[in-house]
Amino acid sequence: MLRPDNTHDLAEIIGTAVQENRTLEIRGGGGKTDFGAPRACDDVIDMRGFSGVSQYDPAELVLTAGAGTQLSEIESLVAGENQMLAFEPWDYGLLWNRGGVATIGGTIAAGIAGSRRVSMGSARDHLLGFEAVSGRGERFIAGGNVVKNVTGFDLSKLVTGSWGRLVALTQVTLKVVPRPRLVASFALDGLSPAAAQRAMNVAMGSQAEIAAAAYLPGDPSQTVFRLEGIDPSIAARRQLVAEMHAELGMLRPLSEDEGAQFWERVQQFVALGEDQPLWRIHLPPSQGAAMAEKLDPAGEAQWHLDWAGALLWIATSLDADTIRDAAASAGGHATLVRADATMRSRVPALHPPASGVAKLESKVREAFDPMGVFASARFGGGKSARAD
Amino acid sequence: MVCLPQPDAETLARREDIRAALCAIVPGEGVISDQDELRPYESDGLTAYRQMPMLVVLPETVEQVSQVLRYCHANKVRVVPRGAGTSLSGGALPLSDAVVLGLGKFKSILEIDYDNRVVVSQPGVTNLAITEAVQDRGFHYAPDPSSQIACTIGGNIAENAGGVHCLKYGLTTNNVLGVEIVLIDGDVVRIGGKQLDPAGLDLLGVVVGSEGLLGVVTEVTLRILPRPDTARAVLLGFPAVAGAGKCVADVIEAGIIPAGMEMMDKPAIECAEAFVGAGYPLDVDALLIVELDGPAAECDYLITEVEAIARANGASFVRISQNEEERLRFWAGRKAAFPATGRLAPDYYCMDGTIPRRRLPEVLERMGAMSAKYGLGIANVFHAGDGNLHPLVLYDANQPGQLEKAEAFGEEILRLCVEVGGVLTGEHGVGVEKRDLMPAMFSEVDLAHQQRLKCAFDPDMLLNPGKVFPQLHRCAELGRMHVHGGKVSFPELERF
Ligand SMILES: Cc1cc2nc3c(=O)[nH]c(=O)nc-3n(C[C@H](O)[C@H](O)[C@@H](O)COP(=O)(O)OP(=O)(O)OC[C@H]3O[C@@H](n4cnc5c(N)ncnc54)[C@H](O)[C@@H]3O)c2cc1C
Ligand SMILES: Cc1cc2nc3c(=O)[nH]c(=O)nc-3n(C[C@H](O)[C@H](O)[C@H](O)COP(=O)(O)OP(=O)(O)OC[C@H]3O[C@@H](n4cnc5c(N)ncnc54)[C@H](O)[C@@H]3O)c2cc1C
Repeated sequence: MLRPDNTHDLAEIIGTAVQENRTLEIRGGGGKTDFGAPRACDDVIDMRGFSGVSQYDPAELVLTAGAGTQLSEIESLVAGENQMLAFEPWDYGLLWNRGGVATIGGTIAAGIAGSRRVSMGSARDHLLGFEAVSGRGERFIAGGNVVKNVTGFDLSKLVTGSWGRLVALTQVTLKVVPRPRLVASFALDGLSPAAAQRAMNVAMGSQAEIAAAAYLPGDPSQTVFRLEGIDPSIAARRQLVAEMHAELGMLRPLSEDEGAQFWERVQQFVALGEDQPLWRIHLPPSQGAAMAEKLDPAGEAQWHLDWAGALLWIATSLDADTIRDAAASAGGHATLVRADATMRSRVPALHPPASGVAKLESKVREAFDPMGVFASARFGGGKSARAD
Repeated sequence: MVCLPQPDAETLARREDIRAALCAIVPGEGVISDQDELRPYESDGLTAYRQMPMLVVLPETVEQVSQVLRYCHANKVRVVPRGAGTSLSGGALPLSDAVVLGLGKFKSILEIDYDNRVVVSQPGVTNLAITEAVQDRGFHYAPDPSSQIACTIGGNIAENAGGVHCLKYGLTTNNVLGVEIVLIDGDVVRIGGKQLDPAGLDLLGVVVGSEGLLGVVTEVTLRILPRPDTARAVLLGFPAVAGAGKCVADVIEAGIIPAGMEMMDKPAIECAEAFVGAGYPLDVDALLIVELDGPAAECDYLITEVEAIARANGASFVRISQNEEERLRFWAGRKAAFPATGRLAPDYYCMDGTIPRRRLPEVLERMGAMSAKYGLGIANVFHAGDGNLHPLVLYDANQPGQLEKAEAFGEEILRLCVEVGGVLTGEHGVGVEKRDLMPAMFSEVDLAHQQRLKCAFDPDMLLNPGKVFPQLHRCAELGRMHVHGGKVSFPELERF
């Protein structure tokens, strides 16, 4: 394990690996190590040497930190100023019982977003700029320190969710947002998946400014809407939601604890069937419930919907092709999040793209990592696929 | 003035063949070659730059776009994509040896899907037409560039256009879910869709804002939002710019994200008021228009808070819109600010840097000093909430030397933006205009990393060459990694 703490050393490590035809895996906290296929790589770069918040100006709503800085450190720092990372990053490592040490670089590279995705966007919408060392062993920067910026290609979007395949991020500049003064959640109990989906469609298309909406099946099922903002506004919007769904029963306010617990369950998904492969299916929002019922007609699998239906988490032993075909024909895609090593070595974690996109993706990877230093069997690359 | 790439004499010599080939792909009136008819395409919104194109082609189907590009690729002909030609950075400026590919005939909205809250549209539809198509159901498309009646949605994607309401609702990039693009080799690729996240690399994220360099956008999937119940605006006048600047920061720090927060300086206020009579105070140095939207109860509540913050920062004038008509009047002045400067000078040059908000008073002061140095007036209108400045440099193109002076003034302003921690362009794009200033923000290595992305999409650099990048490196040269004797050398590093 290599642990550089400056870009010069990192560039040298990567440059040397290129010379010696070796591969490197970039690691933050390592919580997502079990995501993707088992692979061999010649060495691991531990990015946690790039640690610390170098600039935080609450009035500008901007924060710059080393990519190896712990997510929890950043979250508590901004919470102290009554601000937050609005994309609601969460510690994915919990899925593999490896919570607690997620880094901001790993969070960005995994493109994570929580339930607030539907109202405030994802990690991609909050990364303003970065510094990195590419697979060419060269340090470079992109983006800037301000929200409104169209100077050059928007590489911040590209590195977000790139899973360590393009560059090693050394520093990230993020947009932070004031915390809402009030957060309140309201439930409709006992709806069928289809009724819940319709209720979410209607609410999302209304002036209620829903911050997050999710559905947990169960007895009774819960369809929960989260409202954020100031008191009089939440009161007015709650009224609106209650009226539009009057025929579905009472809109039950959740206590603060109940609300927090609900969103934690939705986000961290720890509870879902450990013994079954876990999938994360991205869909046009209105398709969520129908997809769940299609994949689980007998009502035996564990699943729930987030992002007002645009995200279906499902633990099921259904065949991977069946799941991926269903997702694709509904206009979405399916990510294999957790599975045993045998399945992971057989089924790619990321939904295989259409051929045109696949071709572009591989050219883009080559642009940043021509010798395949960061390529591995993890995402179906690796030594055998190297360009040299 | 920046230089455009050397025209290729060999291509120019083949003009007639190229015309014939394009006519075969797009029959009828689809190819323009007559000098008089080419004239309207010689510039875009950055009118100081003019260049007649070799030919213009106006395809009507994606298949035709694909064939045109495949032909141009095979025959090494340069292509400049064009929407409505309102770019303020010369993004759609033709080259003398290039074919301008106009998307003006792609004018249909293909699908409105309220359950998924998206509109699927062709690229030649105007920004405003998207909102108009969904407003009867209470929706709108949030990014609203001031040019929205004219600019196309394809051009918005290419420039990652912003607008007054981007403070709360985001830029184009935050409101696009999918595109279909045609690559230079004619391949048609669909990226994204109605779902929220990409399956693999976020290629959509780099296509947005790529200024026509990566591919031709032939279809877009846009997120639409319910229109807020109420919108109210408040005018706030300040005796000093510093107070207005502090007010902006305090509003945001208080956790209030207004739908829009715009500032004007004294010259801009005076012009706008004389032009439309919006009711602006004339005895202030800075004017803020703050708009709040949402449920009526929220607007009423927050507007009182904004008023209190403004008064604490020394506001000498406060007027809250009492009805929709008044709210629109407040905006009418701001919207007319550009043409209104015509009272001060025959021409204006609109700049577009972004700065950290807190540096505003200092930046305005230094721009004032530059104005004296260059002997040219300046009026400032800007998106204060996100620090995006639009200084208007006033000049008279008929006076010899004034255009050059205005450009030098503009350049100094943009360098100042970078110096204080900001960027060269907030929403108008780099284009040709700011191309040669890119090294003020990025090293050669930084730019080479961006250019290699270009190479991944367009290895022969045929799409919109001469824009964005100050130097035209060949892709082969950029891609090279020298490996000899087991040693890699990094040619870029040595020059860095
Ligand atoms: C063996 C092991 C033991 C553990 N023990 C504990 C423990 O005792 N207690 C505890 O609390 N937690 C433990 N963890 C938990 C774990 O480290 C965190 O939970 C995890 O969430 C943090 O990883 P990460 O989010 O930084 O992402 P990672 O999993 O490190 O990375 C996610 C993705 O992002 C990429 N990436 C990461 N950083 C960068 C970067 N800077 N630039 C570009 N790409 C990057 C990676 O290549 C990867 O593709 C353990 C983990 C492992 C593997
Ligand atoms: C009065 C005025 C006010 C303005 N206000 C604003 C504002 O508030 N905010 C803002 O952001 N901008 C503003 N602009 C700038 C301009 O309107 C935007 O940049 C707009 O997005 C350009 O759209 P267009 O259709 O005119 O594109 P064009 O000017 O035709 O082209 C712009 C760029 O996009 C490329 N392009 C166009 N269509 C496509 C396509 N289908 N596929 C690939 N590439 C394409 C071109 O090659 C070029 O590089 C303003 C301009 C004017 C004249």
